[in-house]
Amino acid sequence: MADQSTNSAQTAEADKGYWQANLRLIYISLAIWALVSFGFGILLRPLLSGISVGGTDLGFWFAQQGSILVFLVLIFNYAWRMNKLDAEYGVDEE
Amino acid sequence: MDQFTINLLFVGASFALYIGIAIWARAGSTSEFYAAGRGVHPVTNGMATAADWMSAASFISMAGLIAFTGYDNSTFLMGWTGGYVLLALLLAPYLRKFGKFTVSEFIGDRFYSQTARIVAVICLIVASVTYVIGQMTGVGVAFGRFLEVSNTTGLLIGAGVVFAYAVFGGMKGVTYTQVAQYCVLITAYTIPAIFISLQLTGTPVPALGLFGDTASGEPLLTKLDAIVTELGFNEYTTHHSNTLNMVLFTLSLMIGTAGLPHVIMRFFTVPKVSDARWSAGWALVFIALLYLTAPAVGAMARLNISEMMWPNGGIDGGAVSVEEIDNDPRYDWMATWQKTGLLDWEDKNGDGKIQYYNDKSESMQALAEEKGWVGNELTKFNRDILVLANPEIANLPGWVIGLVAAGGLAAALSTAAGLLLAISSAVSHDLIKGAINPQISEKGELLSARIAMAVAIVVATWLGLNPPGFAAQTVALAFGLAAASIFPALMMGIFSTRINNTGAVAGMLAGLVVTLVYIFLHKGWLFIPGTNSFTDADPLLGPIKSTSFGAIGAMVNFGVAYVVAGMTKETPQEIKDLVESVRIPRGAGVAQDH
Repeated sequence: MADQSTNSAQTAEADKGYWQANLRLIYISLAIWALVSFGFGILLRPLLSGISVGGTDLGFWFAQQGSILVFLVLIFNYAWRMNKLDAEYGVDEE
Repeated sequence: MDQFTINLLFVGASFALYIGIAIWARAGSTSEFYAAGRGVHPVTNGMATAADWMSAASFISMAGLIAFTGYDNSTFLMGWTGGYVLLALLLAPYLRKFGKFTVSEFIGDRFYSQTARIVAVICLIVASVTYVIGQMTGVGVAFGRFLEVSNTTGLLIGAGVVFAYAVFGGMKGVTYTQVAQYCVLITAYTIPAIFISLQLTGTPVPALGLFGDTASGEPLLTKLDAIVTELGFNEYTTHHSNTLNMVLFTLSLMIGTAGLPHVIMRFFTVPKVSDARWSAGWALVFIALLYLTAPAVGAMARLNISEMMWPNGGIDGGAVSVEEIDNDPRYDWMATWQKTGLLDWEDKNGDGKIQYYNDKSESMQALAEEKGWVGNELTKFNRDILVLANPEIANLPGWVIGLVAAGGLAAALSTAAGLLLAISSAVSHDLIKGAINPQISEKGELLSARIAMAVAIVVATWLGLNPPGFAAQTVALAFGLAAASIFPALMMGIFSTRINNTGAVAGMLAGLVVTLVYIFLHKGWLFIPGTNSFTDADPLLGPIKSTSFGAIGAMVNFGVAYVVAGMTKETPQEIKDLVESVRIPRGAGVAQDH
């Protein structure tokens, strides 16, 4: 009995650590998500106007293509990191 | 063979393919009807999600809206892709772990309340029906053109086809059909874009051509900026619209993407939680193929159209003559599109030429006076025709035009079918089986699902006859509604144990009602023309247009839910345990029906 309760306490602890690690990854990813779209694409575009890209500036590129490419990287990075975290904390599906 | 026959051949062949697949993969059980037995590989699922997702709004409408506005409409590009980040990080894996069939089921169980489930069903139906209206608008444009009939007739024919096709399959039929539709629509979108990019910039990749140089060595975008400003329009690449509205609109589209039931449902059909994460990524890969091309299609089409109307090097060379439009085969597309009533021109000053310019611009008015023009003579150019007319404008071979016809219809049909499926499962599974008559037989449930589809399509067709905007704009309203109601409830359900039943219900209702009222105030009550008190040109709240209000609605939803939850009874322990278990992939079994 005693063994079992330490076990479940350990599991609960591990689950908590897993969730914290997940949240950290989500915060970082969403910060980048907002930076490239709302930031570079819209609000910070004037700051990037000095960097020219094919007849216009970098902000235009981020608004029309760059942000989409970054979104892709974010999702695949998240999936890859989380699947690793699942295994690390022993919470993956058998 | 004339163009009409070629179009019919392409459209007919693609339809035969879809119907063939739908029959082959017909759903037998309710489980197959809703979730394709959960045996779908992430890449396949990603492709089907992409087809489901990219509708008439993306395929037919979006590039046209970008073409005529330029940078300011980048909102569609960022908004409709950025939502996948939210979906992948905040919703998909947890909803898959939860393992039920519908979005409202999750809301009902998590907020331990039949009321919450029913409110979720209502939110879902309101957003989905609005979305179907947008699809019907697109279907009307496409059928109108290819059958060479009026827009209204095209819409009625389209409604019949969508109906016949959606009642067939259920999710299983729809999944494999949508894979085929994705292939058709992406080929149809890319091939003309490659041709046009080669013509204008010599680059076979349209996404790169957009930032490439034209034959004269001048960058494409510089050339485009020069010609549109010469005609008195806003410069293409610069920012003209209100920044706050632009941010809110983008945010609405993003949150809405993550709140649309037919997209979320897709993540119930993958075998594992880890697959749900990959699936969202694959979906965005397939979507990005079109979305990276779309801004190129828009810019290049705008340049082509401007040069066609002023064929001899801008205003000094003189406008195109009526005689050329009538006789030169390069201008044949204008006559064919005139038949749909979506394109028109008129030689107002009787000089035998058609002057296309911005007659609202003061400097152009001065120039017009000097030249004897009495207003813009390209009197009508519906934005929704641009993508479909694009291959004709660029003078591409007939088979490309036929292919685009098939692609546009594939986009509209796949989304309409996915939405109808979401609506029907909400009604039959959540409303009838979940609340009204839990004893209903499997057969009765499938029958009520099909009846719900029929009703939804009739309502959407009726409202689609007088759409509240271009296809993409109507669809944007649907996103606002989903953003304000469904997404916050799902997110709070996973990330906060504090939100209880009363909080969630109050939040959803507040978000939905405030957004719906704001939309109706600007677009007319139930979208009936003339019943609106404000217009989007001069909105009620500062610069915030009705299409951007979803982001505000979502904030209202979050805020109300927190305040109400803080004042009412705490979430019971077993629900807190449920939330904990949803957060951990371990033990995600096959989903159960209840």
